[in-house]
This record gives sequence, C-alpha cells and structure tokens, in this order.
Amino acid sequence: MPVPERMEFFIDLGRCIGCQACVQACSECDTHKGQSMIQLDYVDRTNSTQTVPIVCMHCDSPTCAEVCPADAIKKTADGVVHTARKPRCIACNNCVIACPFGVPKMNTGMNLMMKCDMCYDRTSVGKKPMCSSVCPSQALFFGTRQEIEKLRPRSRSINEFQFGKQTITTKVNMMVPKETGNEQLDVTAALYGGEVEESFDDPMMANLGVNTDE
Amino acid sequence: MATLPADKIKIIETFGPHLARSTGRRLDGGAEPDKIVKTHCCFCGQQCGIQLLVKDNQVIGFEPWMDFPFNQGKLCPKGVKRYLQGSHRDRLLHAYRRDESVTDGFAPLEYERAISRVADEINRIQSRYGNDAFAILSGASLTTEKAYLMGKFAHMCLRTSNIDYNGRLCMVSAAAGNKKAFGVDRGSNPWSDILKAEVVWISGANVAECAPITTDYVWQARENGAKIIVVDPRITPVARTCDLFLPIKPGRDVALFNGILHLMIENDWLDHDFINKETVGFDGVAAHVSEWTPKKTAEITGIAERAIRQAAEWWGTAKTSFLMHARGIEHHSHGVQNVLGAINLVLASGRLGREGCGYSTITGQGNGQGGREHGQKCDQLPGARDISNPEHRAYIAQVWGINPDEIPQAGVDAYEIFRKIDQGEIKGLLTICFNPVVSLPDNSFIRRMLEKLDFYVAIDFFLSETARYADVVLPGSLHEEDEGVVATAEGRVIKINKAIDCPGAARQDWRIVQDIARALGRERGFTFKSPGEIFTELREASRGGVADYSGITYEKIERQYGVFWPCPSDDHPGTPRLFEAGSWNPIAQGKGRFYFPDGKARFNVARYAPPAEDVDAQYPIMLTTGRVVSQFLSGTQTRRIGPLVDHYPEPRIEIHPALAERLGITDGDWAIVESRRGSCTLRAQVVKTIRPDTIFIPYHWAGERSVNQVTVSAQDPISKIPEYKVCAVRIKKSAGAPEYAAQLEPQQ
Repeated sequence: MPVPERMEFFIDLGRCIGCQACVQACSECDTHKGQSMIQLDYVDRTNSTQTVPIVCMHCDSPTCAEVCPADAIKKTADGVVHTARKPRCIACNNCVIACPFGVPKMNTGMNLMMKCDMCYDRTSVGKKPMCSSVCPSQALFFGTRQEIEKLRPRSRSINEFQFGKQTITTKVNMMVPKETGNEQLDVTAALYGGEVEESFDDPMMANLGVNTDE
Repeated sequence: MATLPADKIKIIETFGPHLARSTGRRLDGGAEPDKIVKTHCCFCGQQCGIQLLVKDNQVIGFEPWMDFPFNQGKLCPKGVKRYLQGSHRDRLLHAYRRDESVTDGFAPLEYERAISRVADEINRIQSRYGNDAFAILSGASLTTEKAYLMGKFAHMCLRTSNIDYNGRLCMVSAAAGNKKAFGVDRGSNPWSDILKAEVVWISGANVAECAPITTDYVWQARENGAKIIVVDPRITPVARTCDLFLPIKPGRDVALFNGILHLMIENDWLDHDFINKETVGFDGVAAHVSEWTPKKTAEITGIAERAIRQAAEWWGTAKTSFLMHARGIEHHSHGVQNVLGAINLVLASGRLGREGCGYSTITGQGNGQGGREHGQKCDQLPGARDISNPEHRAYIAQVWGINPDEIPQAGVDAYEIFRKIDQGEIKGLLTICFNPVVSLPDNSFIRRMLEKLDFYVAIDFFLSETARYADVVLPGSLHEEDEGVVATAEGRVIKINKAIDCPGAARQDWRIVQDIARALGRERGFTFKSPGEIFTELREASRGGVADYSGITYEKIERQYGVFWPCPSDDHPGTPRLFEAGSWNPIAQGKGRFYFPDGKARFNVARYAPPAEDVDAQYPIMLTTGRVVSQFLSGTQTRRIGPLVDHYPEPRIEIHPALAERLGITDGDWAIVESRRGSCTLRAQVVKTIRPDTIFIPYHWAGERSVNQVTVSAQDPISKIPEYKVCAVRIKKSAGAPEYAAQLEPQQ
C-alpha cells in the first residue's frame, strides 16, 4: 500500500531541541533495526544550542538515484525514495557524495547504501514514521497539510531548495517563518558569508546588556 | 562494617555499569511480540504513555502509544531506549552479602537467609540503640503503592521516625511553597492549559532536556500567540528561541519575582477583585517589594533593567498565563522563598483556577508527585496528612489497626539522616530507589557516613554506587516487572502495568519489604498479595485527606487515561484543574477555593538572601548543576544503556569563552574545578550560552566524574532541599588527563 498522498512530512528547525529522540527511535524501525538513518548535530555549539535533524527530503528528481550507476535507488509512485536495493548496490558511494542534503550513508559492514525511507513499513500501513511519532518538540511532524496549517499559523512550508544553480523540489516540507520574503531557501548562500548580527555573535552578552563591539 | 571493597575495578567488572545494546531478537525486525503492554516511561515526572513489546519474558522494543493524551506517542531518547535496561548483564539476580575474601567484595546469598540476616540486624540495632537508630531512605521513582508501603513499614513495622526519600533532592521546595500559599501540594493545572496562555513564564526549568514533551506544549502555546519568557543562567534549547530571555545570576530568582511584583503594583497590573476576595496577606507583600525597584532588581539579578521591565509588562498585562518552574529556582538554600515569590506573581495576577490560567512546578521524578503524598516523607502520613496532627494520626492508626501513640513522631530529612550517622544516633540503614553517593551534595561526606554504619542493606536491581557499600543487597524489581500507580507532574494518577516477571531470585520490592516484616515477626499489616490490595488500603488511608484517592480505581484510570486527584468518591471524575471558582475541598469545606479554613490563598513575603556560599576572591566563579537529556538522575539505569551514553558520554564543564580565555582554557581541555569540599577534573566545553560568571556541570556520573564532590550541602531551612544550583568554585586548566580517564569507561 502506498503512503497516502494527504499525509506529508514537515520539518520545523525552529522547534528542534537536539534531544536525539528521532535518532534513537529511527534505529528501532523494523526494516533497519539497530541502524539510525537520521543524523542530528549542532550547527555551531560554541555559539548556540541550535541543532538540525537531517532526514531524507525525498526529492522529486532524486540526485542519489540519478547518479547511481547500478540503478539501485528507486522511488515509488507515492514519492518515497528508498534505500538502495541490496542485490544491485555496488557500494560506490556516488549517492553519498552527490546528495545535496547529505542524507545517504554507506553501511560499510553491509556494503550497502542506507537512507531514510520514511518508515515505509509504517507509513504504508497508516502509521506515522518513528521519528515524527516520538519527536518531543514536533520539529518533525507527519500529518495533513490542513493539520499543520491549523497548528502552525506563524509558519508556512516550502519544498523548493536552491543549491547554486540546481533547484530541488522535495516531498518533505520545511517550515519557515510566514513573513519571509524568499520563495526559495538558498542553502549555498551561507557558504559565502554574510552579515552576522551582534546578538548572534554572543547572545548571552547581548542579553546581559554587555556591549560586544569592544 | 560497610566499607567499600578494596578493588573498585573488580566491582565494576562484576556489577558494571556496562553498556547494553540491541542484540539478538532485539535487532530482529521480524520478531513478533507475544504481547504489547500499555504502560508508562520509567523516568521523569511527565510519565509519557508507551507500549512495550514483550517476547519470552523479555522487553524487545517499544511502539509509540498514540492514544495516551498527554504525549500522544511522543517520547524522549530515554523513553525510546529504556527497554535496554531489561535483560541486562548487570542485573542483580540474587541476594548478596559483603565478603572481604572475594575481590569484587560480594558473595551470593540465598534469598531467605539474606532476609533473616536483615531482620536480625534490624532487631539487634533497634534493641540496642532504640527504634530510631535504624533509618530508611526511599525514592520517588517507586509506585505510589510501594511509597505507601515504605512509609507504613517504617512507621508501623520498624516504628522508626527516620524515613525520608530522594524527593528531598527534587520537589520539596515547591511542595513547601505550595502548601504555604495554597494549602495543597499539587501542580494546579493540566498541561492543556499551557496551550491557552497568552504568556508562558518559565523560571529555572531546562524544559527541552528535563521535561522534553512539555516543549511541544510551550511551542504550541506560542503558535497560538503566547509570548514565552525564559529565566535561566544558560541559553537552554527552549531559551534559544523564546521571546524574552532573562539570563539570571544563579540564586537570585526571588529578587526577580519581587522586582516584577514591584512593577505590577507600580503600574496597577493587578487583579484587585481576586486579591480582595480570594487571598490574604497582599499588603504585607506589597510593602516588602516596595524596595525592589527595577534598578535594585537589575543589580542583584544581573539582568538588564529594560528586560525586567519588558517581562513585567508582558506578565502584568496578560489576560491568561501559565507560570512554570523547576529545580532551577527550587535547589537553593532559599528555594521556598523563590517558589513563594513566583506564586505571589500568580496570585497578584488573579490568573489561576480557570482555563488558560495556571501555575505548576515541573515535577522531576517519575512519581515525584505521588511519591510525596502518602507517607514516606519524614513528616507525613498517607493522604498528604501531617504526622504531628493528632487527628491525622488517629485516622491513620485506625486504618492500620494500631494505637495512635504507636506511630512515631516526625523524623529528619535525607541529608540529616547522614549527619545523624555521623553523630552516632543512626546505626543501621535500608535504602531503596536512592543513590545518595551520586546524588547528594558534598558526597565524600556521604561515603564516609556509609562506611560508619553498623549495618546497611540495599534493595536494588543494579548495584548502584551506593549499594557497593552494603552489607546485604536484596534483588529488587525493575519498573516493567511490577504494577501500580504514579501521579504525574499534572497531578494525573496513571497506572504502570507489568510487562515481564522478575528474573532469577529477584522479587517485586513490596514482596521484599513484606518478607522482612515477616522475618521480624511483625507481619500484621504486611500480608498484601498484590499491588491492587495495597492500593485498596491506600485509597482508604487517603480518604478525607488533601490528596484524596478514595474514588480512584485501576479500572477508572484505564478508562479515563488517568484520574486527577482529588477524587473523593466512586462517581467523581477527578479534578484536572485545582482552585476553580466554587470548588470544594475538605479543608475550606466550601468557604473558598483554596485549602485553608477560610478558603483563601496566602501571599507570603518572599525574602531575598544571597546563596549560602557566595563567590569571593578565593572561589570567584559560580557553579550550577543540572541534567542532560540523555541521562536521568544518578544514572543507575541510563548509564547502563549504550545509545544514551553514546549521546553524551561524560560530564563536561560549560564555560563562557570570556572566562575560558582569561584562564587559558580552550574547548576540550581538561580543567580542574575546586570548591571548599573537593574537586573534579573534567573536559571543558567553551560555549557562549552560559553567563560568563557561571559554569555548569551535569551531575549524573559517579566517582571522580561526580560534580557532587564539589557542591555544597547547605539546605533550605524549610524544605531541606540542598543548594545544588549555586556554590563558589575556582577553575584552572589541568596539566593533563586525570588518572581515571585511562582506567574507566565514560559511564563508570
């Protein structure tokens, strides 16, 4: 049974608290027990407690599949991009290198690329994925668009991302503040520097009323 | 007698902590469970619903319980991996006795012989030194049935006044403050009220790490339009994106609350009607806070004046609100004053006892609420009754079938029990669900006191660092091996369900306690056949008390997804929200909504005093301690679960770069933290998310990694809670790694 179209995955990084419940729960999924397909880390722990969970974005045109020389990575009609098929995967790492989001990981013990398949064994039978089921802050949310619009009136979702000149459209949505002007989130923009607010540079000092310009 | 076996490495080889990981059928995605048990997490006070998957008497995994209303499937990493505590290589499978001739210090002992030995030692000590010479330290992670039984065992069987519990380290400042202000000690509101608040005020609560599921309530409140105010010396994950962050200097919370009330009065942001009709004592408090001008408040708290004014305006002008606090304001030598200061803000606003208007401590332990209601506190009898009240004593004596005079008078708090060991007044000790060698402050004193005991028996499922000092160890039960109720942070009484049988010769804790009573020849009152029978008596013992469980049944709990106490009759649905207009309680008898004879809440003057140990030239830095999300309390369980230890393997010193640079410390360096009590050497983590005058170290680790070697044993004079949240230290870069780093694994 395919994953119902009305059920969608939303990521809200503003809510992530870095607890790793998603990482731990992912490794409890029946199809890959003991292996977590989610990576979660601090963006810059010196400056902030901001953390980011990386789950597969399930691209409309998955780069991982496009670069796979063995045609091992398949997308089902419901838009879910699956872990490499074991008989086909040649462990070449092309997908690991090519994925703009850095999702696929090589399981060297099994010589197999493994990645998030949106808990296909669960979502295809009407359950939520493990990660979004347990996520304490609901930074990872699985439900209908109507539900998320009602629950998060301050945000809107995007599913188009710009990597240099490559535009990627994904099945998974990212929540962004409603007021932002950008229609697209240019991930590579962060690579070229930019203005850093004083309060970001040292939020504690700023809150204490200490001038950090000195 | 109870000295530590000489070879620590040998004890660790035998008893751990070792790390459990998923292996065998726990890795087999195709393994079909024999049964799926709906129960709750064994860790914090939120008590998330969870389903355990059981095969061949082993918990092999979990499945989210989406229907349980509080968490709707959500779990933190501890809940997800808790099943790995079962079938653990460190599990105690039979009784042990201290044996100096074996290298790990313990030899197996047949269970009945162990029970006889314990009874003989209790008899010997009590007949020689008096009943109070034998003490009990219990815990708030036990079910309420067990907590009730421990209190009854102490007061009726052993007739010792000296029983206290590890909630002394946790919830007692909030409890004392709530009793002074409201006459009752329970979180006032269900968490659903958070969602309807215009302002959510969070003081001293690292919600994201210590009560992770509450995060969703806070974020959802903001989606609904709430402003979130966080008061903390650290930018915790919830503080990171709050609307207003007040980076308070540790130990100055009451000053902030007084300063806010000052501004509320100055701007007339008060609910006069509520204050006049529902409270007493406002004028005295108003006079007291008149000196707490914004300028003075800013000076004492270390918070910018404009931020204090902003917080007062948001709080003062809100229509609905929810104020939450946790150990951050409670773990102080003036913890009760901090709590009273917070409650004064709530009472002055009049926002209590109605939808979207609430106040609560975020209770820490699994049964932090229920464990402090039914008689294992040193001054308490079941039903939140007072052991010094003649009527209360008479009622409980009648339930127990004894003479009121046979019930001992109030004993002393958990820390004082150790001081009484020092003074020679206490000679024998039984512990259950308490690991004071890790969790009490200034723990080198605790270790010396354990060595000084004539006899020490520990009931435990793993050999905790404290149980290593025992003369006899009795193999108790894990959470999933027994059933019973607990009360959550919301005051919701829920049911823990049994998933598996105890392995080996291990027993359910209540059976062990009853076996000791039998061996003592005093089994009357200790012949329960099941937790259900204990609960039936507990309901009766609580009847008419403040914490009235008489209308709660296991069946009603299941049907309603929990029952909020008070629930005084069979047809009563329970009381999710306290203090509603027109509500009835047994103290006010209809005169008002609060639990005093006149039905009115009390404003209490909340006095500021600096921490018991303030900084000085010798020890110029403030140390504050707390938790991380992947560990729980003293780590007896969570330091044995591999994936949780991987997440955050060992304690680090959080230090601001401005301070680190001055001391020549860089990220990852070993650094020595010293106080007047002791020192510990840990790695530094240089972060801009902490005040530059403060360092933070989490406390879940034992031995040389334990920050409680450094902390101060100063206590609140009312609640007796220790001042974990601030003491004076100095810090310097270490010349190299400490010896333990090469000898022990991180969790050991």
